[in-house]
Amino acid sequence: MSVSHEAPADLPAPPTLSVGKILRSRELVLIGLLAMVFIGGNASSPWFLDIYNLLDSTAIFSEIALMALGTALVIITRDIDISMASILALSSLVMGLASQHLGLGAVPLVLIGLATGALCGAVNGTLVARLGMPAIVVTIGTMSLFRGIAAGILGDGKIAEFPTAFTAIGQSYLFGMIPLSFVVFILLSVVFVVLTHFTVLGRNLFALGNNPEGARYSGVRTNRLRFLLFTLNGLMAGLAAVFLTARLGSTRPDIAMGLEMEVITMVVLGGVSISGGKGTITGVVLAALVIGFLRLAVTLNNVPGNILIVFTGLLLIGSVALPIIGEKYAYLFKLMRRPRN
Amino acid sequence: MAVHENTTPLVELEGINKIFGGIHALRDAHCRIHAGEVVALVGENGAGKSTLVKTMTGLYQPNSGTIRVKGQAVRLATAKAASEYGITAIHQETTLFEELSIVENIFMGHPRTKPSGLLDWAAMRSEAREHLERVNLDVEPTTLLKQLSLGQQHMVAIARALAEAADVVIMDEPTASLSSNEIEKLYVIIEKLRDLGKGILFISHKFDEVFRIADRYVVFRDGAFVGDGNIAEVTEHDLVKMMVGREVGTVFPKRAVEIGAPLLEVASLSNGIEFKDVSFTLHKREILGFYGLVGAGRSEVMRAIMALSPYPFTGQIRLDGVPANWKICGDAIDAGVVYVPEDRRNQGAILPLSIRDNIALPSMKRLARGIWPDKSAERRLAQEYGRVFEIRAASIEQPVEDLSGGNQQKVVLARWLATNPDVVIVDEPTRGIDVGAKSAVHEALAEMVEQDLSVLLVSSELPELMGMADRIIVMRLGEMVAEFTRDDFSAELIAAYATGARAPQPAREVA
Repeated sequence: MSVSHEAPADLPAPPTLSVGKILRSRELVLIGLLAMVFIGGNASSPWFLDIYNLLDSTAIFSEIALMALGTALVIITRDIDISMASILALSSLVMGLASQHLGLGAVPLVLIGLATGALCGAVNGTLVARLGMPAIVVTIGTMSLFRGIAAGILGDGKIAEFPTAFTAIGQSYLFGMIPLSFVVFILLSVVFVVLTHFTVLGRNLFALGNNPEGARYSGVRTNRLRFLLFTLNGLMAGLAAVFLTARLGSTRPDIAMGLEMEVITMVVLGGVSISGGKGTITGVVLAALVIGFLRLAVTLNNVPGNILIVFTGLLLIGSVALPIIGEKYAYLFKLMRRPRN
Repeated sequence: MAVHENTTPLVELEGINKIFGGIHALRDAHCRIHAGEVVALVGENGAGKSTLVKTMTGLYQPNSGTIRVKGQAVRLATAKAASEYGITAIHQETTLFEELSIVENIFMGHPRTKPSGLLDWAAMRSEAREHLERVNLDVEPTTLLKQLSLGQQHMVAIARALAEAADVVIMDEPTASLSSNEIEKLYVIIEKLRDLGKGILFISHKFDEVFRIADRYVVFRDGAFVGDGNIAEVTEHDLVKMMVGREVGTVFPKRAVEIGAPLLEVASLSNGIEFKDVSFTLHKREILGFYGLVGAGRSEVMRAIMALSPYPFTGQIRLDGVPANWKICGDAIDAGVVYVPEDRRNQGAILPLSIRDNIALPSMKRLARGIWPDKSAERRLAQEYGRVFEIRAASIEQPVEDLSGGNQQKVVLARWLATNPDVVIVDEPTRGIDVGAKSAVHEALAEMVEQDLSVLLVSSELPELMGMADRIIVMRLGEMVAEFTRDDFSAELIAAYATGARAPQPAREVA
């Protein structure tokens, strides 16, 4: 028995981005959805395609979308954070107290809001990464804890004493039409895309998300990375708190109640795998636009806000289910065409 | 038992082809199993054994070919369909439920019910007792699975196959995690099953097992059928030759290199839980072997050195005379010390990621420019090591999980050697891989020391250690009990120290 041993050929090194990959990507599905929202919105309401309406509506979803950017990274690394809305509430309260009792100006208030958010995130990060507690347990706990602190201090009351320079943040427009929060969201989206898909940190993030132990054995500082991501997510919630508080001009303990689910919906609709290791920031940004403009279309048709969640629920399940169903049918089709022996 | 030529086989595969993304995993494969025979399926990693098993059990659909059960062409669309045709597989890592009882495990998926539709526990318990008796397992059926030893759990898996009324039982490396005592018991049961008229497909890397238990053999190489016949008519040498396609030397490729100055010095390492007072010195270009039974603390010492242990330790580690104070594994890698772990799937690689990603990750610091990865440098590195290790894949962008076990192991070795280390710690590098891949690993070890590397080799295979190492340290229950230099290696003595049959050598002075 003789077998010739041919010299090993070089493995081909195809480009990492291919046309085929793009065509099969989640982003394409989302762009399709976005187009459908625009077509449907335009058909159902003459005011939908009004550029001022469109841009003005971005102020409402940009705060949620900011948190979705941070949460996407947390979920890619196999963790979860459901305390963002409570961090937002606590940051908002601390800014309110600082304004009410210390009479601080806009800049220190913003810094205090961001710092509170980051600090809360660092608490999550410490419990998860240093003590090794499961993220879901930690953030269920801090979700109650952070909002509980806010409620304990403020009770049923509210704080509406903010300097005008601060509330102006919520009413500023670039070129007189683009809300500041949307501008910041778009800029940060670019930063997050670069961070996630073009840096060493991003590579480590996907290594960690796909195999935490394998990443650790490969020399990735996994615990530090997880701590950083929770802190970053807290910081993003602090930033969302700045925009939301400024836009409302007041704060209450039940501010942003239940928003964490909207954030996670955005992340999952954007194609981030809930079991970690997979996802893109562009997907999350597109998902934010889809949900945001869908909300505008629904609102313009005088449908109450509560009904909107029916649409987002259907959208989420449908957009995940359709490719799976499609694959099954494609497989059956292939089987049927298989030559019989 | 060549009398089966005229009877209809229980299962017959003919002309099976299976293609995964351009890789021909099975090529015109055929295989027959008759009632009352044990067929050994032999082949290297990547030869297509697992693919064949998955095709037979309905987990994979062949691209073409015919499967016949008792002469009838069938389509095994799902695992359930396969089990209804009487084909059951018992996998390497048993797919049982630790927290459930033996009865629940045996009847999972096909429970016995009363006419009312409720579960008939009494019937299941008594039936389970019968099956347990047939596999010589004398425990109560209500015992929780986690209370059993691995060997006993395996018997439960076989009992489960019996309860499914399997005609064909496929055993995928059933002895991998069993003690020699348990292996003997398994043989008895296999013989019993054979006498009951079952057909058994036995997959193993170990030739002594194949010759001990099988009646016939089937050899696969590179996804293709190479040959079959009666075990009584072949020698081990013939089988190896068919399997590898060339002559494999039984001589270890140990090369004469000049051993240099002390490089890695470890002094009185203890962590109070896993190991105590471990001291040794690894010299430049030396292969220092660590032998011991499972649980002797060898891997734990290595993980402590690499800052991968969850427990803090006392003692000193010096690399090239400089105290090493590594906080995380990455520090050790930066210093030129790498650890190739035993557990390939969980620790050795990040399976869903590409070959390029995997090879680049441990070298990231060197390859990247600051925070920016350099993809073309990664491609060059992946291609270079793909060539050196002869990794077989469609491209360097292929996920490692799509590769065969042997090629995965090559990626695992390649990704750490690509960091350009001075010291390589290899933990059981040949566990669960076949002869061909084994000799490739030994060749790689020999080449490492030729290229100025120093190696700590943790292994449970004494021949491998005696063949490759310059010195062997024996560990038992977390302590070093003996040390041998190449001139006075003795298998009997080393084993005696490892098992505790001999009292530890008096403590030597630490070099």
